[in-house]
Amino acid sequence: MVSFFVSVAAVSGLAGFLAVLMVIADATIANYGTVKVTINGDKKFDVKGGRPLLATLMDEGVFIPSACGGRGSCGLCKVKIKDGAGAFLPTELPWLSDEEKENGIRLACQCKVKNDYAIEIPEELFNVKEFRTTVLRIRDLTHDIKEVVFKLDDPATMDYKAGQFIQLKVPEYELTDEPVYRAYSMASHPAVKDQVETEIRLVPNGICTTYVHKHLKEGDQVILNGPYGEFFLRDSDRKVVCIAGSSGMAPIKSILNDMAVRGIDRETMYFFGARSKRDLFLADEMRELEAKLPRFSFIPALSEPEPEDNWDGATGLITEVLDSYLSSGDNVEAYLCGSPGMIDACINVLTKKGVPEDLIFYDKFA
Amino acid sequence: MDTGFAAVAIFFAAIFTNNILLTNYLGMCSFLSVSREIKTSLGLGAAVIFVMASTSFLNYIVYHFVLIPLGLEALRFIVFIIVIAAFVQLVEMVIERVSETLYAALGIFLPLITVNCAILGVSLFMVIREYGMLQSFMYGLGSGIGWFLAIMAMAGIRQRLKKAQVPKGLEGAGITLVITGMMALAFMGFSGMISV
Repeated sequence: MVSFFVSVAAVSGLAGFLAVLMVIADATIANYGTVKVTINGDKKFDVKGGRPLLATLMDEGVFIPSACGGRGSCGLCKVKIKDGAGAFLPTELPWLSDEEKENGIRLACQCKVKNDYAIEIPEELFNVKEFRTTVLRIRDLTHDIKEVVFKLDDPATMDYKAGQFIQLKVPEYELTDEPVYRAYSMASHPAVKDQVETEIRLVPNGICTTYVHKHLKEGDQVILNGPYGEFFLRDSDRKVVCIAGSSGMAPIKSILNDMAVRGIDRETMYFFGARSKRDLFLADEMRELEAKLPRFSFIPALSEPEPEDNWDGATGLITEVLDSYLSSGDNVEAYLCGSPGMIDACINVLTKKGVPEDLIFYDKFA
Repeated sequence: MDTGFAAVAIFFAAIFTNNILLTNYLGMCSFLSVSREIKTSLGLGAAVIFVMASTSFLNYIVYHFVLIPLGLEALRFIVFIIVIAAFVQLVEMVIERVSETLYAALGIFLPLITVNCAILGVSLFMVIREYGMLQSFMYGLGSGIGWFLAIMAMAGIRQRLKKAQVPKGLEGAGITLVITGMMALAFMGFSGMISV
């Protein structure tokens, strides 16, 4: 009996002693006090030192895109640290190219803020927040594309530019053991600040698309964050050429609606490629836009129209249609959204027509 | 044989004839996963040397001055693990505080070996073989160096292996284990010269 108490006391005593030691160490050795993080030279935050930059910034409401949640396994949370971070850590090296190393690009999840940091991030990221939302509406656009509208609950509004995208959080379910994030362009109009509309095509065995198509119901709670991306209409008076396929419709729709609302009158052509009529959607809405935008024309092209489609519009691959409709690339600015194959092929046609590469903007489905 | 000489003999035996990795096959998981690059192996190997040497000494103190007087030898497994874990955690905190370069080179590996079986193995062998204080320390140091040599040799081989055509089914851990076996055979050539 006595030995029983002695062993319990001994182990507890030893463990307790070490625990106290750890607590003291945590409060002294690992205590870095308050440090300053300066972002882009003007925004300063006083933060508690000793934690990874990614988590520190998140607490301050600055969200750096990250898919793995800080385990150093996705390599997405790259930021430029101008001052403060020490040598590159072995855990960062696999993700950084030589050019990035020279420019001081680091992984925010690996660098711990132990002293004052000066970092640079794209200005847009200040606007990125996490939103709690409710699914307001789901409707079928085609046999494999659904339009999903989210009502923003908290925060209640989002400021974004037409063409930008959000990341949807997919909870654990049969296809994934951990929450994952997937990016979708917003099709909604930026003036409607409390709703986000997406167009999501079912990809066989796609983690997020299967979740949206098979599980998501109206009224469900969904977490999303955003807005992200550089895909938005540039301010100029050049001719606008939009090219999209499938759910690439989403950001283009948003951009065109935005032009209509803001009264931007530019010569605009929108090529939309589909296989047959059953893959074509929102054509009526585009025709309505033609009435609102005086110099806009919508050119849907079917590559393999079915006999029953009674198709009298443009026929052929989107590249062929683009080639025949666009007479010259002079004074043209292009916006492309769709599969990598389609985008690469269209960039080829556009550059041959003389559109400079820095005026071709695109959003590739990864 | 006086203790000083015995300690030196144990030191060399732990490196070569009784290499903890190649004769006891302990510490295999980090050995297999980290031996891809010489540079990272160097960091992990150095961390293992340091932790083995210090924890064998620490655990000797705890065993002989706490557990034996209280008659609690049976609790050594759990107590050794707690001591090792707390020690490694503390060292990591200190390294992170004092030197950025040392942390990048060595500290980052410390959490990987907190519960490495080779580390616990060294402390347990020390008890089974009834070593004295100096002998325990030398045994820990020697075992660490032995483990370091083994992972460095393996990293060198694996870096060359990247250019070799390995049958699909043997890639990765498979071929690494086969090579480890061959290295163990080579180290067995030393056996019998000195013993722990």
